Amino acid sequence: MEEEHQDKEQSETVRCSEPQSHCSLDEPDSLQVANTISLENSSPVKLDCSTEKPCRSSSDTVKDIDSTNGPSEPEPEPEGPEGDGMSTRSSELSEVRTGEENGPSSQPQGTAYEEDQPENVSDSASTDNTLEDSSEFVVTVLARGSLEDQGEGPSSALSEASSPVQAQAPSHRDEDVTAESWRRHRKHVFVLSEAGKPIYSRYGNEEALSSTMGVMMALVSFVQSGDNTIRSIYSDEHTVVFMQQGPLVLVSVSCSRQSEQQLRSELLYVYNQIVSMLTQASINRIFERKKNYDLRRLLAGSEKILDGLLNLVDSDPSFLLSAVHCLPLASSLRDSLSQILQKAITPNLVFSILIAKNQLLTIVQEKTVIEDTRLEPADLHLLLNLIGASSAFQAGEIWTPICLPLFNPDCYFYAYISYLDPPECTVCLLLLSTDKEAFYAVADCKRKIDEGMRTQNALRSIARAQSYSASQVGVSDLRHFMYKPFDVPDNHRQLTQFTSPEMEAPYSSEEERMRLLDLYRYMHSRIHSSSRPLKLIYHVAERETLLAWVTSKFELYTCFSPLVTKASAINAITKLLRWIKKEEDRLFIRNPPKYSTTPNPSKGSRGGKGGSDRQDTTDNGFLSLL
Amino acid sequence: MSEVRVRGRAETGLKFHGETRALRVKMVLLGSSGVGKSSLALRFSKDEFKASAPTVGCAYLTQVVCLHDATLRFEIWDTAGQEKYHSVTPLYYRGAHAALVVYDITKRESFIRAQLWLKELEKQYIPGETEVVLVGNKMDLPDDREVSLQEGRSLAERGGLLFMETSAKSGEQMNELLLTIGSNPEHKIRIMQLLERNRV
Ligand SMILES: Nc1nc2c(ncn2[C@@H]2O[C@H](COP(=O)(O)OP(=O)(O)OP(=O)(O)O)[C@@H](O)[C@H]2O)c(=O)[nH]1
Ligand SMILES: [Mg+2]
Repeated sequence: MEEEHQDKEQSETVRCSEPQSHCSLDEPDSLQVANTISLENSSPVKLDCSTEKPCRSSSDTVKDIDSTNGPSEPEPEPEGPEGDGMSTRSSELSEVRTGEENGPSSQPQGTAYEEDQPENVSDSASTDNTLEDSSEFVVTVLARGSLEDQGEGPSSALSEASSPVQAQAPSHRDEDVTAESWRRHRKHVFVLSEAGKPIYSRYGNEEALSSTMGVMMALVSFVQSGDNTIRSIYSDEHTVVFMQQGPLVLVSVSCSRQSEQQLRSELLYVYNQIVSMLTQASINRIFERKKNYDLRRLLAGSEKILDGLLNLVDSDPSFLLSAVHCLPLASSLRDSLSQILQKAITPNLVFSILIAKNQLLTIVQEKTVIEDTRLEPADLHLLLNLIGASSAFQAGEIWTPICLPLFNPDCYFYAYISYLDPPECTVCLLLLSTDKEAFYAVADCKRKIDEGMRTQNALRSIARAQSYSASQVGVSDLRHFMYKPFDVPDNHRQLTQFTSPEMEAPYSSEEERMRLLDLYRYMHSRIHSSSRPLKLIYHVAERETLLAWVTSKFELYTCFSPLVTKASAINAITKLLRWIKKEEDRLFIRNPPKYSTTPNPSKGSRGGKGGSDRQDTTDNGFLSLL
Repeated sequence: MSEVRVRGRAETGLKFHGETRALRVKMVLLGSSGVGKSSLALRFSKDEFKASAPTVGCAYLTQVVCLHDATLRFEIWDTAGQEKYHSVTPLYYRGAHAALVVYDITKRESFIRAQLWLKELEKQYIPGETEVVLVGNKMDLPDDREVSLQEGRSLAERGGLLFMETSAKSGEQMNELLLTIGSNPEHKIRIMQLLERNRV
């Protein structure tokens, strides 16, 4: 820690933003595309602007023209074969990221010092942002297209660029897509099929937007026909991000000032949530068989699940950090909960998960089956979102097929969902089996768990468990933080977790909370910039001061009152890290227990030795999943 | 949102027991999304009506009912009507003693789907194995009615099924539905025979 401080002092430099000549759409090809689609539109020139001015914070928007083997996206992003091929072509339309999420420490390092920066994210972002009219342009293109398409313009609403505005009221399917309020949503998300058929729109009815989506698809496929892939379009107001996943195209139109990378990872969450309900294999099969299949048939009733996901993505930093938030709990209590779960197993049960107040209490997993695997945070997020949408709180017990896309996008697990504390319904049990016939056996595990909880009075203890307040850290000026260790020391391949206190005053209102999250998102995008990742950022905003720091061991975002000095902030962080170290056992799941065919006799199950007083589950049907 | 049901169960001779050795009746609810299967299940198990979200997968509830001289432990499989879950629905209706095929009297399409469900059940079962009841729900919305009582009844008659219109919202005809399943003399005997094999 000491030396890292050192490191920081030395490498601290004024953030440089040398203009980089780049832009998402300045290849001749793309101009043609633009021209063609926009037809009489005169603004395409705007598209290859920005060679003279840097795009946004330069580090965010550089379009790397690497070959496709840039190590990774935040999540493994299954690229279609064509997708890969195209991105190898050097075109600034296609962008391949370098692996910033994987190894910040292996990246060229830098620090940014922004004391003189404009006060808030949107300001500092927009200072650099210059692709003035391109989103307006795309948007106009889209609108025109649909006008020509239909001769009437529900989507002409899109034709004027909107001003950035706070998120509007929650979505309604029947929202008027021609209304100003529709246009002003902070972030639109559209899902369409390759045939241009609408599948989902976050706001408004997909039907009303079908011509708009058709034009989006036209844009995508036109660029594709030129052996290229459209990735994003920038303007001062909007970022439009395109992502193709198999036969589906996902589009984000955002004025949230998030980085393209962040928006892309959000689109991936949306895609994966769809996969979690249908599986990738069946989506692909369906569209192979019938190119213009209307996927809404299969997704009918699931719009709320996607709506809910997008609201969570906006409001819950778990998604940004790709990490799981667990409820602080005395480690002895957590261990005994794990033991209760471990004792209630049945063949083919692979994960037992206990959740309270939407946060993870503990997770226990079958060992032999998933020797080298762990549950990915993203899979857990999707699962939690689905649970939120289920009516288990009314129904008692739910048994449903569900796919964990990152675990295996092509196969279903069967999830048993039930609350342990009706009628309050705050403690949720989630059991995942690979056997669809196992309902009764799995439901029986729940009875055992119920019993175990009762004898230990565990529900009472869980009810008392609470998140904590930043003030408990005892560091003045520290208002909030998010801390994500890369590996909990004594357990490799641990579920990625983060810890964070409650957001309290001055971040108690919805709006303020969002503002803080936006600041974090901004810091995150700088840290993870593909072109110029940073290790440390000290950012003085108008109403707070933020410090983000990434090392090989952790990623940390802190928020201080504006009065803090740099020296005291650094001092505070040292104290904070010490506090976290001290509280580690309570804040994180340290030893996620595993069971093999039998409940492990001891909680320290990392060694992986399990007794064998239960029947063998080696033939647990799991192999058929792979 | 919940309404208390006007008519008490006592009047109709139904009593509820907490825990008892009972005959197990596996009952499955089938039908399009939104016809009110979960609402019927909730009315049945808790005698409540609440706004509900579309069911994910399948919801499992149990309810013990004392019917005259027998104690029945209903295991209710409230399936999801959404098409994406159809491939797994057989999982739930296999071995059911009673299948309620539900449609919404205000949605003709749901009536058409109900007929498809009936066909599917027919394919799967030897007649007599499963008691099938055709249920037209939302009878509290007569103004929006798209499927007449007569249509429902004659569809049921053609297939030799029981038939009933209900409202999960008002609770109308709910007890009758239960009685129909459990106590129609002819069917009761048949159910009892089936149940004998399943004594818990
Ligand atoms: N007026 C009226 N509304 C009803 C009645 N039963 C259900 N509803 C409403 O119809 C809607 C759908 O009801 P659900 O019970 O969720 O429908 P479902 O058949 O379970 O739907 P899936 O779970 O998607 O298959 C809800 O808004 C209910 O409030 C009824 O008898 N009368
Ligand atoms: Mg339902």
